[in-house]
Amino acid sequence: MRGAAFGALLSHWSRHPLQLLTLVAGLALATGLWSAVQAINGEARASYARASAQLGLTGMDMLIPKNGNISVARYVELRRAGWKLAPVLEGRWLLRNGSVKLIGIDPLNHPALPAISPTGSPQLDALRSPGRIFLHPSTESQLDGHPDLPPVILTETLPTGIVLSDISLAESILGLHGQITRLIILPDQPMGLKPLADLAPELLRRAAIDTQTGRLTDSFHLNLTAFGLLSFAVGLFIVQGTVGLGIEQRRNLFRTLRAMGVSLRLLTGLLLGELMFIALVAGCLGLILGYLVAGALLPDVSATLNGLYGETVEGGITLRLSWILSGLGMAIFGTLIASAQAFANFYRMPLLLAPGVQARSLDARSSQQVMAIVGCGLIVTGSLAILLIDGLVGGFALLAGVMLGSALLLPLLLSAILAAGARTARSALSEWIWADMRAQLPGISLAMMALLLALATNIGVGTMTSSFRLTFVGWMNQRLSAEIYATVKDEQQTGEFTGWLADRDITTLPIRWAEIPYDGSPIRIYGVVDHDTYRENWPILQAQPAAWDRVFDGGGAMINEQLARRQNLWPGNILTLSQDWQIPVTGVYSDYGNPHGQVMISLPALLQQVSHVPNRQFGLRLPPKDAADLMKEIRQSFDSASISLIDQADIKARSLAVFDRTFVVTGALNLLTLGVAGFAILTSLLTLWTMRLPQLAPIWALGVSRRQLAWLEVLRSLALASLTAVLALPLGLVLAWVLLSVINVEAFGWKLPMYVFPMDWLRLLGLALIAATAAAAVPAIKLARIKPADLLKVFAHER
Amino acid sequence: MLLSIQNLSKCYPGLPPSRAVLRNISLDLEAGKSIALTGESGSGKSTLLHLIAALDHYDTGDIKIDGTSLTGLTDRTRAEIRRTKVALVFQQYNLVPSLTVGKNLLLHARLGGRVDLDWNTTLTHRLGLADLTDRYPEQLSGGQQQRVAIGRALAVRPKLLLADEPTGNLDETASAEVLKLMLELVRKSGTSLFLVTHSAQIAAQLDRQVHLSEGVLQ
Amino acid sequence: MNVRLVIAGMIICLPHMGSAQGFAGLGTQAEGFAIPDRNTTLEFPSDHGAHPDFRIEWWYLTANLNGSDGREYGVQWTLFRTALDPGDDAGWSSPQIWLGHAGLTTADAIYFDERWARGGIGQAGVSIQPFTAWIDNWAMASPDQTLQNLTVTASGEYFAYDLAMTARGPLVRHGDNGYSVKSASGQASHYYSQPRYVVTGTLTLADGSVAVTGQGWLDREWSSQPLAEDQSGWDWFSLSFDSGSKLMGFILRSDSEDSSGDYSSGTWIDADGSATPLAPGTFQAVPLDYSIVAGRSVPVKWQVNLPEHAVSVIIQPINQQSWMGTSVPYWEGPVTISGSHTGRGYLEMTGYE
Repeated sequence: MRGAAFGALLSHWSRHPLQLLTLVAGLALATGLWSAVQAINGEARASYARASAQLGLTGMDMLIPKNGNISVARYVELRRAGWKLAPVLEGRWLLRNGSVKLIGIDPLNHPALPAISPTGSPQLDALRSPGRIFLHPSTESQLDGHPDLPPVILTETLPTGIVLSDISLAESILGLHGQITRLIILPDQPMGLKPLADLAPELLRRAAIDTQTGRLTDSFHLNLTAFGLLSFAVGLFIVQGTVGLGIEQRRNLFRTLRAMGVSLRLLTGLLLGELMFIALVAGCLGLILGYLVAGALLPDVSATLNGLYGETVEGGITLRLSWILSGLGMAIFGTLIASAQAFANFYRMPLLLAPGVQARSLDARSSQQVMAIVGCGLIVTGSLAILLIDGLVGGFALLAGVMLGSALLLPLLLSAILAAGARTARSALSEWIWADMRAQLPGISLAMMALLLALATNIGVGTMTSSFRLTFVGWMNQRLSAEIYATVKDEQQTGEFTGWLADRDITTLPIRWAEIPYDGSPIRIYGVVDHDTYRENWPILQAQPAAWDRVFDGGGAMINEQLARRQNLWPGNILTLSQDWQIPVTGVYSDYGNPHGQVMISLPALLQQVSHVPNRQFGLRLPPKDAADLMKEIRQSFDSASISLIDQADIKARSLAVFDRTFVVTGALNLLTLGVAGFAILTSLLTLWTMRLPQLAPIWALGVSRRQLAWLEVLRSLALASLTAVLALPLGLVLAWVLLSVINVEAFGWKLPMYVFPMDWLRLLGLALIAATAAAAVPAIKLARIKPADLLKVFAHER
Repeated sequence: MLLSIQNLSKCYPGLPPSRAVLRNISLDLEAGKSIALTGESGSGKSTLLHLIAALDHYDTGDIKIDGTSLTGLTDRTRAEIRRTKVALVFQQYNLVPSLTVGKNLLLHARLGGRVDLDWNTTLTHRLGLADLTDRYPEQLSGGQQQRVAIGRALAVRPKLLLADEPTGNLDETASAEVLKLMLELVRKSGTSLFLVTHSAQIAAQLDRQVHLSEGVLQ
Repeated sequence: MNVRLVIAGMIICLPHMGSAQGFAGLGTQAEGFAIPDRNTTLEFPSDHGAHPDFRIEWWYLTANLNGSDGREYGVQWTLFRTALDPGDDAGWSSPQIWLGHAGLTTADAIYFDERWARGGIGQAGVSIQPFTAWIDNWAMASPDQTLQNLTVTASGEYFAYDLAMTARGPLVRHGDNGYSVKSASGQASHYYSQPRYVVTGTLTLADGSVAVTGQGWLDREWSSQPLAEDQSGWDWFSLSFDSGSKLMGFILRSDSEDSSGDYSSGTWIDADGSATPLAPGTFQAVPLDYSIVAGRSVPVKWQVNLPEHAVSVIIQPINQQSWMGTSVPYWEGPVTISGSHTGRGYLEMTGYE
């Protein structure tokens, strides 16, 4: 009995392969995009976890100073109070070409490290002069040409971009004698200890992952997840439509089967089984798709993370069981959600009476109202969330509430607009068109909701990236004021080089900085000399009068926006770098593309506090037209390998390239989402197609040609899409505002001015119309070519 | 007695008993006999048919099919009765559009686990469908579709065949032909027939005729 | 094998002498380190302090204690020093490495912990003005420059102790006035002890504190010389007889099948504190019974004979499972003595694989 009934149910799909394809494709797309994002996030997290494990930090907590460093004496005090701690000294090691993160540890107390304790040959030599530095082979090239390197030991068991050494060696390389960046709290502490909060109130306890760039990268991954979820939601609209149709078209079959003795329970079970089977197949296809998409996007994600946070994600996508299970779970879960309504309808379906068409449209109207009420509720909830919940989660709650709420409001809005339009109709045909569009709304509104979400996301994210880019370019033009940037080999050469430049009357601005930890993450302190370059060009957001004069006098500091927002430090506040190093903030400047805090003080003030500040980088000021000649001359006069030069245009081009790479993933996901939405419209129109013939046939019989009907079909789709696009615009702008003013501040620490790009909107509208046309084309062509006999059949079947 | 209806009443929810659809109906049908139920539109004919087919629930009274009372049965048992004891022929045929004629013919029998291929072949030939088994319902005329529906119902060898205006959608010629075939096959298989029609002409061809008017049997 | 393990190997394989050969080139004579010298006269208080020019050194206390709850306890407190290079520096670049072991044995449990520190930063060390040996919050401290009165503290995740000790006798110089020979081929160390402490104090375990009294034995030893190549481990006994006399004896086991290559020696200490070195081979100890401890077979019952002092005793541990599962593990625990003499003491066994 089951087999016969199941066979009868499934036979539907063999007669409607396109419908099946749509269902499977919609589900596969939804699952695919979601899984792709999950795979990328999973890979990145695995990469961080691997790095953390390779540094022996899995599951460990840290002590970090509220500001400054921890002295070795403090460490010894805590040890002698009984606490088992392991010291870590971390800093940027300025190399010949750029810099690298150097981590110094005490191997005697550090959690087990595979790098320094390989099986068979323990690295005792690391502890004795001249020490050893440990690094991943791929990091080695960064050390190329650096003089006086300690012996290097290459190991695959360290993250790339990190150099590890004994703390004694790190101290002398970094010039940070007697200082510790953080303390690892080791497991198995002895009994009867005084709490750390009492012993060391100046230190903060953090989970290991939190102290690094963890918080920052988290925001990026949250971003990706939000995108994945959005794609998933858009994909589910397709599933919703097709499952609904699949059930709708089989109402008669269900009734017949029940009349022939198939119980409701069995029928429900069979339908569920059918759906789950389809969900599984589509889920598998989605996983394959997701795997491919993730593989294609991973290098860009890695580039983005590198560009934004200096974190690298290594390796390719690996298949993880948890990923496969969660992908299939999402497919099944999503199918269940998307088909819940159709199932409810099925379950309530009367065994005997054919449902009245009138009753259904009434149903649609009341459901529009319910959706609109829920939508308003969501918008209010989201708005409350941003007020009540701090941080990124609140921002995303606002986004989710506003986006979803607006989508739910859409059907009622469209319906109202169409009703208003109907009142303007003059001819019978146009009256019919308006009325028909409104009648079709319940069937197509889900697709329009998908389109609304996709368009709004596109507008929002596009506005965000474009605003960011515009701001970034403007900022760069201000900030990169020197005509030439030069880095010399070593400090011996510094004197020679600056003397040579002085002879030619060229202003040299030294670029000297020291990195110190501040509230758990490193900040850079630049020491600058008095020059109008700063007064005239620096991109200031807020400043006291004569702010630069006070900086150059040693009595003030300019800080970047990230630091200002994170620490809530504004002109007039005091920046406390350590207990005996406090400077009033005189101004705040914008500083994009850099996750960390930054401070500018006068060079003498810096040198007074930090003993060893490298002096190898310079900005050269000269008339722009002379730059090329000077560069040539420098290259002729000095060993070209010993001085690296880059001119302003070049550095700008490079920076922009990094910036653009950063948003590649966003762009790709954006486009994919729009594609899914287009597909959703196609599905809906195809779905409606079969149900539309009975409505079109009378119009045809009244003298409207098939060709005309086909055109009307396309126009209807275009009209609805344009309406939706118009409604998507304000939503997109709200989204952009939330991204720029809420999410960006939380994720990156800077707020961006919003610029609008109407040409982009037009382009997007064009895209939406193309999608709508393409989607309407299939049914329209079908309609134009339909045999009159098929239209006549409608009458034959009608009673 | 194959079908025995006693004091049956049915009321739609929200309506007072004075406006009941069916009032105090009693009726018997012997095995192998046929009965025609006539009445105006809205007289309650179809409701009575659905009650007998265990598709709907009655308020008071009792229906017994082949000695089994339908009162208080679970959905499962009711479904089993529909699978094995009664079969329905609808005015709109209700064939499964995605199955071929051949598969449609066998569907009910397979659901009931009562496939008899010889009997099926006999039916197929007798109904003149032998050349059409690979077609889909939409490729058939109305008369042909109704013949498939009749074949599908009889393939189960039901004790009771219920037919609701089986020729209502057909022109006169087709109608007469289909009815003739149906009666012949019902007789041949020993099935009892309960037929709802508004046509006195059709009703006259059955063993017995009863008339329903405003929910009361006359 | 990791850094800590290697360094632990460097010291643990030496306590009461020597080092296994294979570790990190330590099997050979130490370049630049001072060598124990028969003509050196021990001088106090300076020799209570560290000798950074020697490769290895330790301050090793064991105590047999009775609790107010009527139970027997054993306590170990050890500070090891090992040098990667001779001499000392301030700061992280010091070549001196310190390792602390603390153990607490009951009849049915053993608790232990281990601490590591670099010299030069103050996390661990030994000062003589007044005498203090410490690592982290563990310390052995005197109010003056002598070892006459000491307080000893240590704590781990599941135990802690705080003891006060007073010496009831003179320091004992082992071997030739503190020059203790460890092998037939002449490896040696500087070695002295204070074997006669009266101890009071408090032990803290998970279920509360218990007051204790008893006796303690402190060993001080430093050297730079590894063991002979064929020596695989040792069994070391510190026995306090109820008669008031004491016996320190050790056997350095050779790799050979029979015990023909073993080297034994020791010191007999009269009740008045006068010490007599034992001629090599006169101290005899024979395993009577083995037990599986931490997955290996370890002798847990010994027959100890010293004919010249009419000693013929059976040695049995309070807890057969007194296993110190530290970086390099070993057996160390309190024992009871029966036979010709009665009393109690401590037993250490290393090199049982």
